[in-house]
Amino acid sequence: MYRWLLCFRYLRTRYIALASIISVTLGVATLIVVNSVMAGFSAEMHERLHGLASDILIECHTSGGMPDPEGHIEEIMKVCGDEVVGSSASVHVPAMLGIEFNGQLITRHVNFVGLDAETYDNVSHFGRYLLHPENQSQVKFDLREDGFAPDRDQFPASGWNYRRARVAYERAFAVEQARIDSLRAPADIPTSDDTAPSMQIPPPSDIFKETEGATASEFDPAVEQYPGVILGISTCSSRMRDEQNNVKDHYYCRPGDDVRMMFPNASDNPKVVNQKFTVVDMYESGMSEYDSTFAFCRLDQMQEFRGMIDPATQARSVTTIQLKLAEGADLNAVRDALRRRFPPNIYAYNIQTWRDMQGPLLAAVRLETTILNILLFLIIAVAGFGILATFFMIVVEKTRDIGTLKALGASGGGVMSIFLTYGLLLGFLGSGAGLVGGLLFVDHINEIATVIENITGQEVFDPTVYYFTEIPTIIHPFTLVWVMAGAVGIAVFSSVLPALRAARMHPVKALRFE
Amino acid sequence: MNSEIVLRAQNVYKSYHKDRIEVPVLRGVEFEVTAGLITALVGRSGSGKSTLMHLLATLDHPDRGEIHFRGERIDNATRARRDSYRNHDIGIIFQFYHLLPELSAVENVLAPTMIGRSAWDFFRHRKEARRRAEAMLDRVGLLHRASHKPSEMSGGEMQRAAIARALMTDPSLLLADEPTGNLDTETGLDILKLLTEINQDDGLTILMITHDDSIAEAADRCHRMEDGQLRQGMPELLIA
Repeated sequence: MYRWLLCFRYLRTRYIALASIISVTLGVATLIVVNSVMAGFSAEMHERLHGLASDILIECHTSGGMPDPEGHIEEIMKVCGDEVVGSSASVHVPAMLGIEFNGQLITRHVNFVGLDAETYDNVSHFGRYLLHPENQSQVKFDLREDGFAPDRDQFPASGWNYRRARVAYERAFAVEQARIDSLRAPADIPTSDDTAPSMQIPPPSDIFKETEGATASEFDPAVEQYPGVILGISTCSSRMRDEQNNVKDHYYCRPGDDVRMMFPNASDNPKVVNQKFTVVDMYESGMSEYDSTFAFCRLDQMQEFRGMIDPATQARSVTTIQLKLAEGADLNAVRDALRRRFPPNIYAYNIQTWRDMQGPLLAAVRLETTILNILLFLIIAVAGFGILATFFMIVVEKTRDIGTLKALGASGGGVMSIFLTYGLLLGFLGSGAGLVGGLLFVDHINEIATVIENITGQEVFDPTVYYFTEIPTIIHPFTLVWVMAGAVGIAVFSSVLPALRAARMHPVKALRFE
Repeated sequence: MNSEIVLRAQNVYKSYHKDRIEVPVLRGVEFEVTAGLITALVGRSGSGKSTLMHLLATLDHPDRGEIHFRGERIDNATRARRDSYRNHDIGIIFQFYHLLPELSAVENVLAPTMIGRSAWDFFRHRKEARRRAEAMLDRVGLLHRASHKPSEMSGGEMQRAAIARALMTDPSLLLADEPTGNLDTETGLDILKLLTEINQDDGLTILMITHDDSIAEAADRCHRMEDGQLRQGMPELLIA
């Protein structure tokens, strides 16, 4: 009892010890905030990575892809049918995206995916990240009338309304241009320079016209569309700040515009397929890796363009089969079983889980979290040294009291426990205050970020880099427990040496201490 | 008169070492404390009387010899037994009071009970313990200062609180190390009177260590320490 009484009295009277626990408080609060934000980031990233990648990905490396995907899926179901809840076949091919923008051509390298809209949403969250609300519930590659990204004020008019207006404008412009040209024509007198050799570079519009062929003249863009394509939002836009420092997206094209895709066909002697597509929607997952490299079209159209249909049997090939596994299924076990069924020495297949594919990124995030935790625990360790030094001072100051306690019959263990209990109390107080502070900080992190932004004039999380409107945070109770336990442990551990010194003090020397 | 020997030192030797030089303090001390009496141990500074008291209180170990408490050898008893002996069997008061500054007078008086019992046991009997502590403070005339911290009390009051603390566990023997040494003459006499009253009223055995011959006059028996050895006799014979 006396140890508790003395501990509480020391807490009330020894303010220097209270000062030392401020470090514990700050350390615990910082650890909670950092872990919550990292967990929020990590969960967001996992969800987005997993959203597109599905659980298991079987990729065929040959240019012609794997024939008979239905047969493959049957084989897969034989191997691990109990654990597979969804599957989808698709074609992945590297491609070059060409966008005509203000009379110039913008090119981007993209991963062009031909997907089956019926089954693709079963294996991934593809639809969730599309801009048009109807496409989010049911993916379609037909251009919608209007209503893209209703939650964005800045998103430009898109869809059939926009397309018709654009075509009408272009036609009126062409008529006016022809009229001006006809007025200018008689005045054109050849000069001596016209006879000199010159190198003429066709404008981008000519490149677009180059392969349209005979059908181009029959195609009416005001009422017809090319095959639909969904572009990753960063493949056709750039995000920057305007003069007022507001974040603004600039779109090179929008739903309703036509773009060109150039990709290899599936023959053994590949040739470039140059095909026009109409942008029907945009894909925004928030992961720049995906948003800046992916474009999607219908699987059957992709197979036709690439020549992946056997003329004799009409069997269609695919390059990729994606699998969705049941909740709690062992991804690695399924992957290994499939690798045994499709051994790499026979099949040119790469079978991976989504974690395998994003392994380096996930490992980097884990490493970053671990290092941050170690560094932040060092703050608490520094606080531990503060407690150690403070306790040594208190033990020296209390030498005669220690002698008195021993003279009254207190054991060495009893005296030791006074200081261990004192350390325990300081640890609980410090980490308790840190817990409350950390949780309050996490709860109001967005308001705090706003205040910091107002004070410093700098945005805490630059929206040109991060695609979230609020800072994501997740509080794991287990994290709170180990942070608290670690802080209390360090506080108690720091008090062990001073406590031992007090316990071993000779009572006579202690009583005579001056 | 009860002539039971409460405490006995047999052929006790004690030396201190300083810079590898042995400084003998006690040289074969034979000493007894008889129950119910006030025994005084007088001597000049450095004569070894405080060292002997520390050995009798098991705060230190003799190099040679034995200490017996009611026939039980106590100097080589287990650590737990020695702690229990100091907590329950004897009470100690010091020249410099040695009250715990963070605690009030009544809490200081309660300290030996808190030390001797588990937290749960103390909690269960806390009202009873508090009543006894207040009775002890009342006994030494300090009840009105029960809630005062040592820093708010005079030297005489602190020594009274220390006496109340020493009496709290109802000990068989009170060891008083220079109980008046830090007090003015008048207050010292008050403390001495209090100790005498306790001895007479409660029959408590008191061993009083002092360098002051006039204090020793109040004792029933007196021993004089000289160069680590004892001379025994009646106070009036030993006091020069």
